[in-house]
Amino acid sequence: MSDDELIWRIAGGSGDGIDSTSQNFAKALMRSGLDVFTHRHYPSRIRGGHTYVEIRAAAHEVQSRGDGYNFLLALGDSFARNPQEEAYYGNEELKPLSENLDELREGGVIVYDEGLFDDEDLEEIGLEERAEENDWHVYPVDLRSIAKEHGREVMRNTAGVGVTAALLGMDLGHIEDLMEDAMSGEIFETNLEILHEAHEMVEEEFDLGHDLRIPEGEHETEQALLSGSNAIAYGAIDAGCRFIAGYPMTPWTDVFTILSQNFPDMGGISEQVEDEIAAAALAVGASHAGVKAMSGSSGGGFALMSEPLGLAEMTETPLVLVESMRAGPSTGMPTKPEQSDLEFVLYTSQADSQRVVFAPGNIEEAYEQTRLAFEIAWDYQIPAIIIYDQKLSGENKNVDVEFFDREPAPDLGSTLTEEELKEAAHDASGKFKRFNYEAAEDGVAPRSLPGQKGGRYLATGNEHSPVGHISEDPDNRTFQMERRLEKLEAIRADLDDRESNQTYYGPQKAEYGIITWGSSQGAVAEAIDRLNDDGHSVRGISVSDMMPFPSDELEEFVESVDEAMVVEMNATGQFRGLLQKELGRYGEKLTSLLKFNGNPFEPAEIVEGYEVNVAEEAREPTAQVRIEPAAGD
Amino acid sequence: MSAFNAIGEQREIDRDEFTPGVEPQPTWCPGCGDFGVLKALKQALPEVGKTPEEVLTVTGIGCSGKLNSYLDTYGFHTIHGRSLPVARAAKLANPELEVIAAGGDGDGYGIGGNHFIHTARENHDMTYIVFNNEIFGLTKGQTSPTSPKGHKSKTQPSGSAKSPLRPLSTSLNAGASYIARTAAVNPNQAKEIIKEAIEHDGFAHIDFLTQCPTWNKDARQYVPYVDVQDSEDYDFDISDRREAAEMMHEAEDVLNEGTVLTGRFYVDEDRPSYTEEKQAVGEMPDQPLAERYFDDDAEWERSYDLLERHT
Ligand SMILES: Cc1ncc(C[n+]2csc(CCOP(=O)(O)OP(=O)(O)O)c2C)c(N)n1
Ligand code: SF4
Repeated sequence: MSDDELIWRIAGGSGDGIDSTSQNFAKALMRSGLDVFTHRHYPSRIRGGHTYVEIRAAAHEVQSRGDGYNFLLALGDSFARNPQEEAYYGNEELKPLSENLDELREGGVIVYDEGLFDDEDLEEIGLEERAEENDWHVYPVDLRSIAKEHGREVMRNTAGVGVTAALLGMDLGHIEDLMEDAMSGEIFETNLEILHEAHEMVEEEFDLGHDLRIPEGEHETEQALLSGSNAIAYGAIDAGCRFIAGYPMTPWTDVFTILSQNFPDMGGISEQVEDEIAAAALAVGASHAGVKAMSGSSGGGFALMSEPLGLAEMTETPLVLVESMRAGPSTGMPTKPEQSDLEFVLYTSQADSQRVVFAPGNIEEAYEQTRLAFEIAWDYQIPAIIIYDQKLSGENKNVDVEFFDREPAPDLGSTLTEEELKEAAHDASGKFKRFNYEAAEDGVAPRSLPGQKGGRYLATGNEHSPVGHISEDPDNRTFQMERRLEKLEAIRADLDDRESNQTYYGPQKAEYGIITWGSSQGAVAEAIDRLNDDGHSVRGISVSDMMPFPSDELEEFVESVDEAMVVEMNATGQFRGLLQKELGRYGEKLTSLLKFNGNPFEPAEIVEGYEVNVAEEAREPTAQVRIEPAAGD
Repeated sequence: MSAFNAIGEQREIDRDEFTPGVEPQPTWCPGCGDFGVLKALKQALPEVGKTPEEVLTVTGIGCSGKLNSYLDTYGFHTIHGRSLPVARAAKLANPELEVIAAGGDGDGYGIGGNHFIHTARENHDMTYIVFNNEIFGLTKGQTSPTSPKGHKSKTQPSGSAKSPLRPLSTSLNAGASYIARTAAVNPNQAKEIIKEAIEHDGFAHIDFLTQCPTWNKDARQYVPYVDVQDSEDYDFDISDRREAAEMMHEAEDVLNEGTVLTGRFYVDEDRPSYTEEKQAVGEMPDQPLAERYFDDDAEWERSYDLLERHT
C-alpha cells in the first residue's frame, strides 16, 4: 500500500450530484499530471440511498480502485430528509459518514458536513474513539451553510471540493477551468465564490495535522478520462458501426446512450425498440442490408437475444453484440458487477452454434477488441460478442489521447461489390450462390447485399442450399455445417497471427501463476507487483479470447508454473471451468479465488488469497472471498 | 411492363421474373390459400414497376413463411414471429429497398404481436401481409390467436375459451396508416390491394384471409365475399379513424357469422412515414446508410474527433 497516492471518496445521497462533482475532480487531478482511476458504488435507486465515488490518483500508473481509501468527503444525503421539516428518516442521513468508516486507512482524513449532524449522532457512530484508534484527522465543516449563503444547498459539493483542495495543498486552477467548461453565468460565479470561501475557511480555521498532500506528477502526452463504455462505443465508431438498436438495461445502457448521442452527427442510426428480441433482430436486419450494426444488453436482456443470435449464425450475418454483466441470477443486483454470464454467453442459442467472444480487461482493450470484433465479424460473417461488466463499464481511467488516433475501418469484409458479383457463381436460374461451399475459403462464402445487381438469394434460418433454398439434403447439410465450423478454426489462426489479446504481468518465468479475465485484471496486476516486491515469484495472465479459445497460449502459461490460481467474480468458477474444458487437464494445478458479493476485487484480497491458497499459509481468508480447492483435493 | 432497375437500366419485367427458375416447387397443400398470396404478389410487383432485385421480402416461420422460397426476390426467411424487426431495420439501413414482410396469424399476431404493434405505431414504410387462416398450419392445426371462440383443436380439445384477436382494429389502434383485408378467393382485389399497399408511403397492413383446407376443414373458404368499396350497403369515409374503426368492428363481428367483409378499411395519406419522421428530428441521414460503405469519398469520423470532451 503506497503512501504516495490519494484515494478520495465522496459520499452522499444518490442524486446529490456526486457523479458530476467527482468526474470533474478526477479530471482536475488528471490535468495536474496524475494517473487516475475511478470506482463508482451506487444502489439501485434513482434518488436517495447512500452512494459514493472513489478517485484514486497517483504519480504512478493506477490500474484498480486500490485497497481502502485515505480521504473521505461525507456530504449529507439530502433525499433522506423531509424537505419541509428537515426531519430525518431513521439514520439514513448519517450514512455517508457512518457507512464509509470501515475501509478508511489509518492516518486518513475525514471531512463531514457539520450542519447535518449533532453530537448525539456522532456519539452513536463512535467517531471520536474510532478516529483516535486509527489516527484519523477529522475536519467538520458546515458545507451546507457555505453553499446556502452564496447560492443553493446543492452547491455544497463545490464547498466540499474547495475544502479538499485546501487540505491537500492543491491549486484551484484546474478545478476552476473545469467548472467554467461545465457551467456559465451566475451559476458559475456563485460556485466560484463557494469554492474560494470554503478554501479560505480551511486555511484560516484549521491547523493541518495530517500528512496527506496532493502527489506531484506530470504527463508527457495529453490524456483523456474515459470509461469502458466510452471505449466500446468509440471502438464501434472507428470500426464503421453506424447502426445500433437496443432496449435499456443497466449497465449496457451506457454504450447505447453514448452511441445514440453521437450517431446523429455522423450519419448513423440508433433505435430504441420494444424489447431485446427486436433489438438484436434489428441489428441482424440492418447488417443484412449492408450496414455495420450492433446491439447488446445485460444478462436478462441478452437471454432474449438468444433467438436472433442463432439466426445471425445460421444466415451468416455479421453482427456485434455486447453483454454487460451484472450480478444475477434473474434481475439480481442491477448496479453491482459480476463475471457470471460467461458460460451463458459462450453457449446461448440452440444447437452447434458458433460465435466469437472477447472479454476486454481494461479500457484500452475495450476499444481495441471492439474494433477487432467488428473486423472479425465482417470478415468471417459470424456474430462477435464483447462481454464485460458493470465495473469496466462505469470506471474511468486516463488514457493517452494518441491511443485513439486510428484510421476508421469501415470495410465490409467479405461483402462483394456489383462488379465482383458478375464473376461469382450463379445457378441455372441466375441466383447467386451465396452459400457456396465449393468457393469458400476458410469456410467463408462471400455475400451480396439486397439491392445489388446479380446478387439475388434467400437468407434463411433453416438449413439451406448454396442459393439459400431450404434443404434437408444430408450431403448439403454436412457440407454447410462443416463449412460454418471451419470458420472458427480460421479465426483462431488469424488471431494467432496478430498481437495476442492476452495480457501478461510479472516476470516471464515464475513459480506461481495467477490467471484472470475481464475487469478483474487491474486488481490482479497490482497484486502481482506487490507479491513480487515481497519476494514471491508470481506471473499473471489476463485472458480476453473466450471463443475461439487460445489453448496453446494458456497451455504454455500453465505449464510454466507449479501452481496457478484463477481469479474471477462469480460463485461457480466459470472461467476455471472453461480453462479445464479447453485444456483437457491441469485440474490439479488450478485453484480458484472467487468473489461475488457485488464489489470488485481489491488487490489486497488477491494477495491474501494467494498467500492462503498458493503459498499455503495457514489462515482463514476474509469472508468476502471464497477459495475453491484444486480438482482432486 | 417496363421499368428502370436499381442501376438505371430499362428492361422488360413480368411475373415470370419473380418465379424461381429451377426449384423449389411450392409444398403447400392443394387448395391452400397461400397460393393466392403468391400469385397476387407476382402480378402486383411488375405492375408497380419493381424488379426482383429491388425487393426484399422478409418472412417468419409457418406455411406462410415459405412465401419467399417461391418468389424470386431478395429474401430473408427469419424466425417465428420476428420478420418485422428484421424488415424494418433493413428499410432503415437502405430506404431504397422495397420491403415486404409476411407471415401467418400465429407468427404475426401471436408470437410477433409485440413487434406488430410497434412497427405499426412507428409507421415504417413497408407492406405487411398476414396470411390469416385462423389456425396454426405448419405445426398441424393448433388453435391460433384468430381462431373463433370455441374452436376445438388438439391443444384446446374442449374448445377455445378465448375470443379471437381483432387484427384490423388492433392495427388501427397501433397506428398503421393503411389497413385492408382481402382473401385468396378474390385474386383481382388481392392484387389491387397489394399494389396500393406497396405504393402507400407508410405501414400498410393487409389481413389476407387464406383458407387452410388441411387443418381448418370446417372453416369457410371466406365466402360469401363482400367488397365494402363495391357494395352499396357500406358507406364510410376511409380516411376517418372513427368511421374506419366502426367498419372494422363490424367486419370482425360478422366474420364469425359467415359474412366476409373485405376491402380497404383505413387509409391515411397524410401521416409521414417513420423514415420521414426520423429524418425530420435529425436521427437519420438523407442518403441510404448502406451506400456509404461503397462510397470511396465518404468521410468517416474518428473517435479521436470526440476526445475533446474527455481531456
Ligand atoms: C420460437 C418458436 N416457437 C414455435 C415454433 C413452431 N412453429 C412453427 S410454425 C408455427 C405456427 C405457425 O402458424 P401460423 O403463423 O398461423 O402460420 P401458418 O403455418 O398457419 O401459415 C409454430 C408454432 C417455432 N418454429 N419457433
Ligand atoms: S397446412 Fe394449411 S396453411 Fe399449411 S400448406 Fe396446408 S393448407 Fe396451407
